[in-house]
Amino acid sequence: MGCGVTKSSQFHKHSGKAVTTIRAAVLIQRWYRQYVARMELRRRYTWHIFQSIEYSGEQAQIKLYNFLGYLMDNFTPASNERNLISHIFRENEVCRDAEWERYFCYKNIEVPEIYSGPHLIFPLTVEQAVGLVEAFRNKKQLHSRYVLQLLLETWRRLRVLPNINRISTCHSKEITICGDLHGQLEDLLLIFYKNGMPSLEKPYLFNGDFVDRGKDSIEILLILFSFMIVYPSDVYLNRGNHEDHIVNLRYGFTKEVLTKYKLHGKRILKLLQKIFSWLPLATVIDQKVLVLHGGISDTTDLGVLSRVDRHNYVSALRPPKKKHISSTRTSIDSDMDEDVWGANKLFQRRASFTFPRPLVTRGGFHNRSLQDFSDRIRVVVVEDELEVRRRRQSAFISGNSRPENEGTPIASTDSVNSDNTREEWKQILDLLWSDPMTLDGCMPNEVRGGGCYWGPDVTEDFLNRHNLQLIIRSHECKQEGYEFCHNRKVLTLFSASNYYDVGSNRGAYVKLGPDLVPYMIQYQATSMTRELTVRQSVGRTERSALKVLREQLFAHRSDLICAFKKFDSTNAGLVSLNDWAAAVESVMHLGLPWRMMRGQLVTCKTSDGTVDYHDWFNELAIKGPNTDHIDQSLLETLYRHRSTLETIFRIVDTDNSGFISHEDFRQTWKLLSVYLKMEITDEAISDLAVTIDSNQDGSIDIDEFMEAFRLTDKKSRLERGRSMFMGTAPDLTKLEEDPSI
Amino acid sequence: MAGRKQSADVHQKIRAAFDAFDYEANSTVDVREIGTIIYSLGCFPSQKDLHDFIAKVEEDHTGYIHLDKFLPAMTKVLQEHKFPPISEDLLLQAFEALDKEKKDYLDPEELTKYMTQEGEPFTQEEMEEMLTALADHRNQIHYKDVVSQMTIKPDK
Repeated sequence: MGCGVTKSSQFHKHSGKAVTTIRAAVLIQRWYRQYVARMELRRRYTWHIFQSIEYSGEQAQIKLYNFLGYLMDNFTPASNERNLISHIFRENEVCRDAEWERYFCYKNIEVPEIYSGPHLIFPLTVEQAVGLVEAFRNKKQLHSRYVLQLLLETWRRLRVLPNINRISTCHSKEITICGDLHGQLEDLLLIFYKNGMPSLEKPYLFNGDFVDRGKDSIEILLILFSFMIVYPSDVYLNRGNHEDHIVNLRYGFTKEVLTKYKLHGKRILKLLQKIFSWLPLATVIDQKVLVLHGGISDTTDLGVLSRVDRHNYVSALRPPKKKHISSTRTSIDSDMDEDVWGANKLFQRRASFTFPRPLVTRGGFHNRSLQDFSDRIRVVVVEDELEVRRRRQSAFISGNSRPENEGTPIASTDSVNSDNTREEWKQILDLLWSDPMTLDGCMPNEVRGGGCYWGPDVTEDFLNRHNLQLIIRSHECKQEGYEFCHNRKVLTLFSASNYYDVGSNRGAYVKLGPDLVPYMIQYQATSMTRELTVRQSVGRTERSALKVLREQLFAHRSDLICAFKKFDSTNAGLVSLNDWAAAVESVMHLGLPWRMMRGQLVTCKTSDGTVDYHDWFNELAIKGPNTDHIDQSLLETLYRHRSTLETIFRIVDTDNSGFISHEDFRQTWKLLSVYLKMEITDEAISDLAVTIDSNQDGSIDIDEFMEAFRLTDKKSRLERGRSMFMGTAPDLTKLEEDPSI
Repeated sequence: MAGRKQSADVHQKIRAAFDAFDYEANSTVDVREIGTIIYSLGCFPSQKDLHDFIAKVEEDHTGYIHLDKFLPAMTKVLQEHKFPPISEDLLLQAFEALDKEKKDYLDPEELTKYMTQEGEPFTQEEMEEMLTALADHRNQIHYKDVVSQMTIKPDK
C-alpha cells in the first residue's frame, strides 16, 4: 500500500472543515487524473494492437501476391502449380466493349412479383436516389437486375471522367468531403442525416475505401453511384486502395456480394472490377487543395498521373498487362500471357517490390524485409533455371535480344513501354497506399507492403511544385476521425466510426468553403455507444484487442517457446518479467509495451515475479474442435495465416461455389509450404481435409473448413459459462465476453 | 544484497514505459506525455508534483525530455516512493468528507463544485469527462461502487 504511512487520520485530526474539504478534493483529483491517464494508455495500446495487426494483414497479402507473382514468372509451363497460380491472375481479357455489354446484360433478368425492394427506372431521378437510401435504411436489398443496370450506367459515366477531377467552390458552395466508409452504412446515413443529402447546393466528395470489412459495402456503392449519376457535377468519387478486386477477396467485399447475390454475384463483381479501375484517382479543389486516398511520395507527379490510362490498373497489387501490338489473342479466359510475364526480366524484378531496407525503423512497426522470401525462391529458380531460360528464348516475339544479367535495359520500344508502365504503376501505388510519417524523407511502406512513408519535407516540396496549399487524404483510422500533420499541411480524414470495435473511434467529415479552411464535424454511430460509459467502451475495445492478440500469441507458440528457452538456461520453465517481454517482442515484432500489458496477458505469475511459460500457454489454451490429430506446428500455421489461407481458397474456387476440390486443396497447401518454408507431408494435408470432408465426396466446404479452425480462447469460454451460471446481467467492465461475436 | 539487481529491474521498467512514448526512437518524449508515463509506473503525483518534476528534467523549454535525465529522476521517485498510490480506504474517506449530507452518494452539482473550485481544479472538459465516467443512470455518483470498480492495482 504505497509508502506505508496511513493518512486516514488526516481527515479527522485537522480542525476546520474547509481544510478537510480541500485535502479530500486534492486527493480525489489526483486519483482521478491518474485513472484517466491509465485509461488513455490502455486505449493507445489497444489501438496499436488493432492497427499493427491490420497493417500486417495487408502486408501479408501483398507479400503473398509478390510471391505468387514471382513463382508465376519462374515456373515451367507444364507444372500443376502454374495452372493453379494462373487461376489467381485471371485478369487477362482482351475483349472488346461490345462483348462486355452482352456479358453484363440485365435485360433477361426478371424481377419477381414478390420482390419488395426498390424499383429503378432509368434515367435515374433524384427521388429514386433518395428512395434508395430510404430502402437501404429499411434493410431492403436492391434486385440484381437494377444493380447491373445501375452499374452499367455508372461505368459509362466514369469512362469519360479525367484521372484528376478539378472542381471549384464557386457560388459560395461548401463541399463536403468524406473519408473511408468501409461498408459501414450506418455512418453514411449519419452523415446524410447531419449534413443533408447530396444536391446541387450540397456537393460531396468521397475519398475512397467505400467497401470491405463492413457488411453493407454494396449498398454504399449503390448509393454513391446513384447520386453521382443524378448529380454529375456535384458528386465526386476518388479511388481507394480497397477499390481493388484482389484486396476485396481478402477483406470481405467479394464474399458480401456473392452472399447477397447468389445468382448474379459473379457478374456484378466483374462489372465492379471495371468500375473500380475507372474511378478517378484524385481531386483538386480550387487548384489549391488536393484530395486523394493514400498520399504521395517524393516522385509523385500530378502531370504524369493525369496522363495515365488509369483503367489499365485494375489492381494495384498486380502490374498492368502490357499492350501487345502483335498479339492476336482475344479469348476471354486465356491463361496469363506467357510472352509478357515470362520474357521480360524487368517485370521479374518489379514483381518482388525489392526496395532496399530502410535505415530507420518507423515508430515500432517491424520492418519485414521483402528480401526474406527471395532467399526461398532462389531454391526454386535454381532447379528450373535451365528450363526457364529455354522457355524465355522461345517466347520472345518482339525480337529484342536482352542480356541475361540484370544490366541497364536496352532502349527499345518494349523496354521503354515497360519502364513507363512501371513508373506509372508506382505513381498509382503511391497515391493509393502511402502514409505520412513524422521524419523527413521518403521510404517504402514496408508495414503495408505498398506505397511509401513520406515526410514533412516531401509535403513541402510537393505543395510548392504543384502550387497547392493542402493535402486531404484518408487511408488511416484516427481516434478523433481526423488528424492534422506536417505542419497542418496534411489532413487525414476517416469516416468509419467504431472501426476496430464499438467505441474505438469517432468518424469525421470535412466542409470546405471558398476560403479553403477545412471545418471538421465528428460523430460516432451506433446505438450501443450511448449506453456505454467511457470506461466501459475502452474496456470493451481493449478486450477485443487482447483477444486478437492472444490468438496471435498462441499462433506463434513454437517460436515463443524457443525464445523463452534462450533466457531460461537451467530449463526451469521460468523467465523473469523483463525477459518475458523481450522474448515476446523478439518473436511478435509488434512494438507493443509488453511489460505494461503484462497484467492483462499473464495471470499465472509466481510470487517472485517470474513467469512459468508452459503454464502461460495452458492459460492461453486456445483450441479448435477435433484438432488433436493435426500436427501442432501445422495448426499454428493455420491460425497465423488464416486470412491468407481463406483468400487463396476463395480465389481457387473459380466458380464461387464455396467448395474446392481435394486436389486444389492439396495444391494450395503445397504452395503455402514453399512460401512458409515448412515441411508439409501429403499425409498431414489429408488429415486436414479429413477433418472437414466427412462425406468424402471429394470436395471441401471452405466456410466449414475455416469455421472448424476458428479459435476460441479459454478465458472467454470460461467467462461465458460463469455468466450463464450466475444469471447476472452483463457488467461489461467485469466479463471477458465479446458480445460482437 | 539484491539491491543491484533490483535497481537494474527498476531501470528496465522505467525504460519500457519511456520507450512506449518515444515515437521517433531517439530517446526523447514529448513533455506532455510525462504525466502519463509517471502514472503508468503506478505513481500518483499531484499537478504540482508533476510541474516540479518536469522542471527538473525538461531540456530547456524544447518541449522534450531525454531519457538520460528522466531515468535517474524517475528511479529516485520509485525507490523513495515519492508519489504513493492512494488506497481505496483513503479514497472512500475523501469522498465521505465531501458528502456532507451523508447520503452515500454525491450529486453531479456537488462534485462539480468541489472538483472545479477546490484543490487543483479540473477544467470543464475534465469535469464533463469525470461525470460521464462516474455518474450512474440515476445521475448520482455512488462513490462506494465507483471506488471499488475503478481502483487499478499498480503493476509490480
